[in-house]
Amino acid sequence: MKVNSSKLFILTASVAALTSGLQSCNSSSAGSASTNDAASKVYVAPGKHDEFYNIVSGGFNGQMSVYGIPSGRMFRIIPVFSQHPENGYGFSEESKPMLNTSHGFVPWDDLHHIALSTTNGEHDGRWAFGNANNTPRIGRVSLSTFRTEEIIEIPNSAGNHSSPFITENTEYVVAGTRFSIPLDNSNTDVPINTYKDNFKGTISFIAVDQATGHMSIDFQLLLPGVNFDLARAGKGPSKDWFFFSCYNSEKANTLLEVNASAKDKDFIMAVNWKKAQEYARAGKGKKVPVKYAHNVLDEKTHTATSTMINEVLTLDPKDCPDMVYMMPCPKSPHGTDVDPTGEYIVGSGKLAATIPVFSFAKIQQAIASKNFDGSYDGIPVLKYDAVLHGEVQKPGLGPLHTEFDGKGNAYTSFFVSSEIVKWDIKSLKVLDRVPTYYSVGHLSIPGGPTKKPWGKYVIAYNKITKDRYLPTGPELTQSAQLYDISGEKMKLLLDFPTVGEPHYAESIPASLIMNNSKKIYKIEENQHPYAAKGDNQTKVERKGNEVHVSMTAVRSHLTPDNIEGVKLGDVVYFHVTNVEQDWDVPHGFAIKGANNSEILIMPGETQTLKWQPDRIGVFPFYCTDFCSALHQEMQGYIRISPAGSNVALTYSTGTNLPAATATSTPATTPKSSK
Amino acid sequence: MRKIKIVTTALLFAGSLSMFSCSENKAQEPETSQEPATKTAEAATAALSMPEVQLSTPLNQEWVTTGKGLYEMKCQSCHKLTDEKLVGPGWKGVTQRRQAGWILNMITHPDEMLNTDGEAQKLLEICLVRMPNQNVTQDEARHIIEFMRSNDGVK
Repeated sequence: MKVNSSKLFILTASVAALTSGLQSCNSSSAGSASTNDAASKVYVAPGKHDEFYNIVSGGFNGQMSVYGIPSGRMFRIIPVFSQHPENGYGFSEESKPMLNTSHGFVPWDDLHHIALSTTNGEHDGRWAFGNANNTPRIGRVSLSTFRTEEIIEIPNSAGNHSSPFITENTEYVVAGTRFSIPLDNSNTDVPINTYKDNFKGTISFIAVDQATGHMSIDFQLLLPGVNFDLARAGKGPSKDWFFFSCYNSEKANTLLEVNASAKDKDFIMAVNWKKAQEYARAGKGKKVPVKYAHNVLDEKTHTATSTMINEVLTLDPKDCPDMVYMMPCPKSPHGTDVDPTGEYIVGSGKLAATIPVFSFAKIQQAIASKNFDGSYDGIPVLKYDAVLHGEVQKPGLGPLHTEFDGKGNAYTSFFVSSEIVKWDIKSLKVLDRVPTYYSVGHLSIPGGPTKKPWGKYVIAYNKITKDRYLPTGPELTQSAQLYDISGEKMKLLLDFPTVGEPHYAESIPASLIMNNSKKIYKIEENQHPYAAKGDNQTKVERKGNEVHVSMTAVRSHLTPDNIEGVKLGDVVYFHVTNVEQDWDVPHGFAIKGANNSEILIMPGETQTLKWQPDRIGVFPFYCTDFCSALHQEMQGYIRISPAGSNVALTYSTGTNLPAATATSTPATTPKSSK
Repeated sequence: MRKIKIVTTALLFAGSLSMFSCSENKAQEPETSQEPATKTAEAATAALSMPEVQLSTPLNQEWVTTGKGLYEMKCQSCHKLTDEKLVGPGWKGVTQRRQAGWILNMITHPDEMLNTDGEAQKLLEICLVRMPNQNVTQDEARHIIEFMRSNDGVK
């Protein structure tokens, strides 16, 4: 009997569905949701490149990860707010200042959202911004080096969730408070149940220097004590505006599950940021004392520095008319997303049965004709019907986020009903729906939040995987799912596992990034104070009880590789310079008993590992990154003598010192330190 | 013949020679790269032409000095000035053993040389570490050769 392969596939899939049948109600449709030619559509042949970079937030791992689309292959993890022992980020002396805050060293955070820089509302491939939700910060990653170049802490903030969304030309990146709190410089020791009187929300507008990317807080808006959830800047006609979803307009401070879900409508807040900027320039703001850290990486010294800043400019809507408006939005809105034309603003009420779509033109008319429905804490509330373009009826359960394909369609994720729903923005008609496995959160269409979506795919980031992968005990992988959206119907192409817990992600054409990818750090430009730019500059110096080793790494030796005369109680700093200038030739450095991690040193770079010997003896160090056929030979020793020992400080490579007794000074040494 | 042409093109880009070169001519249109990413390495299977290097005496002392500086920063970790092998061969006598054009190619295009040149391949069999591309320009390499000549006793 001849069985054709597609029939066999269906047969196998249905047997699998029958036998599994254990998890969700969606489980049985898993096979039929994908298409027969799915494999060829995601196949990227060995040695070929993916079409898009997918920059994905890591959630509770505090990192970003980089995938290729359509293959779903992961290339890189970029540590941002979390230490990364794999390459020494947050452990090396150079990178530790990057994690400094007003609370001291904070080595972890919860990175939820990605914002890729734009020019004229289109991706420009310069930077990726990420937010720290827990200890409020924004990080900026270079898309040339794929490294965290800058982190700025946000004062007067808690739960920096509605962040780091950006304006059309990356003029500003925003940070809004999910948790309202008593502001930093007020009386902060108050009973929690005085929330309504003492708690405030803030939105920070952080200016971005267009040449360097450097961030500085330009001004903060003082706002009612709601929970700000997500945000999007306007574009095109609405480019001077920013939209923020707000829940907990009830101002509950306990059991928010119930108490923040009481009202039928919360708000989307519309901010005219251009006007706010004018008020700030015109001296309408007030400078208040705060304390926050600003950490910047210097690419020439390969070193981050942390500066503490003591003041921020605040703007109160009471002093700044026509700057902020509230739009009623059902019910506990999560996503607020602006379509590519800038005319439509989609609110996604987590508990709502409809998706409201607001019209920017109508908002402007309502403001001009003062079509208000009272005020909320002194901020005018626009009439719902006056600003509404319309509602998508019965779209699904638990709408969260919406992306756009640039062809007039919107794609909304539904957490509760585990599906993506495609609908027409103008007619508000539902066009198609596909299941996700399971409980989708954010979506990503390449260029989806920009004026120029590339379309082609939508990626779902799912919160739950259950039976989708081989089980790994109680803790399972999170996953992404790739759908083809080039036709009328969405088609599932691929499941791929992800690291951490991805929230938002963006996808960008590879051609906008790959040709700018940095290959090496030029050794001529290395200005690290302990760089050894060549073996002549290697040295070991004692400064009190600090011993500084300026060491070179090349395939396949370290210089110096024999070091003596270091004593118990000394603190040793290994400053390792990789003197190679070839792409993809990193070296690593690790030493026995180190209480931190290894370091990886890219070509032309200098990185420093601090090591405090805890006992007398001879300790090996070695290169950890398999670099050459003689990688296993790339090693050395440091001798630690008792405190007060008179062993002279000596160092060498390739020359054995004359025989000496354990405590005497060698008669001749190739090099000795003063 | 076609292959040779690719090499010529690759060499024009040699300053920014990269694994990505296959798609440098792609427009902004996002399209799955149809070219194999290994093209650069494949392209480097035909021999490099030997450049003419004008040698004269007395040595250009300025070049000797800059050449020595480059040696200390980019070469010294692997090459001694004696005839002793470290990672690569010692430099003593190199300007007598090798033509200047060959040395220039080896410094500026080590990957192509290791893929195509018999003499370079013999050295790899001895040293077992591929000589890295240290991002040295043609001019800088010429200065290094002047320093090598000085090291070999040319005045």
